[in-house]
Amino acid sequence: MTRVSGILSAGLVAALVFSLLLGSVPLPLDRILGAIAFQASEGDQLLVWQIRLPRSIAAAVVGAALGMSGAALQGLLRNPLAEPGILGVSATAALFATFVLYFRLVTAGPLVLPIAAVSGALLATLVVAAAALRNRSVVTLILIGVGLSSFSAALMALLMNLAPDPFSLSDMVNWMLGTVANRSFEDIAFSAPFLIAGIAIMLLTRRGLSALTLGEEMAEGLGLNLKMQRLGVIAGAGLATGAAVALAGSIGFVGIVAPHIVRPFVRYDPARLLIPSAILGALLLVLADVGVRLLPTDNELKLGVVASLIGAPIFVWIASRRRLA
Amino acid sequence: MSLFCADRLSYTVKGKPLVLEASFALEPGTLTMLVGPNGAGKTTLLRLALGLLKPDSGTATLEGSDVSKLAPVQRARKVAYLPQQRPLIWPQPVRDIVALGRFAFGAAPGKLSREDEAATARAIATCNLEGFEERAADTLSGGELSRVHLARALAAETALLVTDEPVAALDPRYQHEVLRIFSDLAREGKALLTVVHDLGLAARYADRLLWMKDGRIVAEGTPRETMTSDRLRTVFDIKARIDATDAEAISLNILGPA
Repeated sequence: MTRVSGILSAGLVAALVFSLLLGSVPLPLDRILGAIAFQASEGDQLLVWQIRLPRSIAAAVVGAALGMSGAALQGLLRNPLAEPGILGVSATAALFATFVLYFRLVTAGPLVLPIAAVSGALLATLVVAAAALRNRSVVTLILIGVGLSSFSAALMALLMNLAPDPFSLSDMVNWMLGTVANRSFEDIAFSAPFLIAGIAIMLLTRRGLSALTLGEEMAEGLGLNLKMQRLGVIAGAGLATGAAVALAGSIGFVGIVAPHIVRPFVRYDPARLLIPSAILGALLLVLADVGVRLLPTDNELKLGVVASLIGAPIFVWIASRRRLA
Repeated sequence: MSLFCADRLSYTVKGKPLVLEASFALEPGTLTMLVGPNGAGKTTLLRLALGLLKPDSGTATLEGSDVSKLAPVQRARKVAYLPQQRPLIWPQPVRDIVALGRFAFGAAPGKLSREDEAATARAIATCNLEGFEERAADTLSGGELSRVHLARALAAETALLVTDEPVAALDPRYQHEVLRIFSDLAREGKALLTVVHDLGLAARYADRLLWMKDGRIVAEGTPRETMTSDRLRTVFDIKARIDATDAEAISLNILGPA
């Protein structure tokens, strides 16, 4: 493990432990640690294992998936602004998830929701990447993402407009805003296969991402199989983002902020960027979820809202000061 | 047998032939320059020769094997390519960019074997970039950056080096410096194929010239044999005076459009 990954991992563990301390019932650290080790009362164990730990782990897993997907897409599209949220991948995945919720297809089995979200994510990644690679313009890429996001949002609004009752409406709002509250280890387990497959595929493509820093023609000259590289990153990022959306709904900007912060510490090498971006993405979302719980609001803020409130200004800042055109 | 052999390569896009029946050979120890007007098909011919484009007909063979049948990695171990467009997006350090030249050998900037490191250091030394290893790409001048890209291409230490306008946009000093490096590499036994627009540089440095016009190779030979005022008129549509200065060298004086 590189030094930057080590430092970030330590931070992640600390943030996870801290997040377990938060909740409606005050629980000191020794009882939390006891519960994790199955050495505490049944009530404590239930609280930690059924409520707090799944929530914190879900935030970490979603952040890791989004952080790595952002880093991989930025490497493939050679663009620091590429990110599942900006490119409309998260929105499309959320739309597909909402669709199966709306038509009650989710009752067919626990895998329906993750499969729907992953399908939406893969479709959107494919559309964006095909358009971006044909056109090769940064502006076009972002515009296509904006278009795709808007279209998904419009269809989502349509579904909400037609929602039969306030309960399905609030379900959908939850999905759009993104949250990890009330997640169980079961929810995590059903997303896990897609998430693990996505991350594994992205890690397999990482050396090719280094070659792509020189441009596509030079990368081909270096011996990169460009077609396989593109397919790999699209499939990997689509699977991981879809799994993240299935777990937490649409959460934006993690995928752009995490790689951007890590990049100078890995000598701007996209291959070495993937793992620390995932760890930092996890850390950011765990911290954002801690923030959500600490803010004294009547209604608990949604994680996706907080992530966007922090991430969107950073996006503008990154976009306004790129070094190499 | 030649190191590289192109046999009647043809390539057509939307009914327009970009390269037509192009045949040529490249020998070790020879600096071959491809010259021709804009749109003659030079870059397309390079891409066909490298196997990055699949020809409609004809074959390109490198060390006896058909380039279109070589796996990308196998091909990249035999021939290094420096394209005209060299778009960097991140301010990476020089050493990491040069190290990417070792990609076909399984290397990445964060994962270099001892051999990869040695080859990277040799390429950096050849291109006079010592001391620049940790400089960020966006702090370099155009001349320095072009030497970084050349070093990247040299790091693979292939028998054949193909470059597309490696001295375009360089000032005269750097142009000569880069072509000196090319000459030295040829003397060391490498085969080089490069597109050059400056005919004066071509006359001065090329061992052999390939003249290209409208997708065809119209002449091939040493500068002294092939660079004539007739040929400059037919290929480039320019009026020029050629003088033999001594047994080998010629001097070129371009007077204007024909």
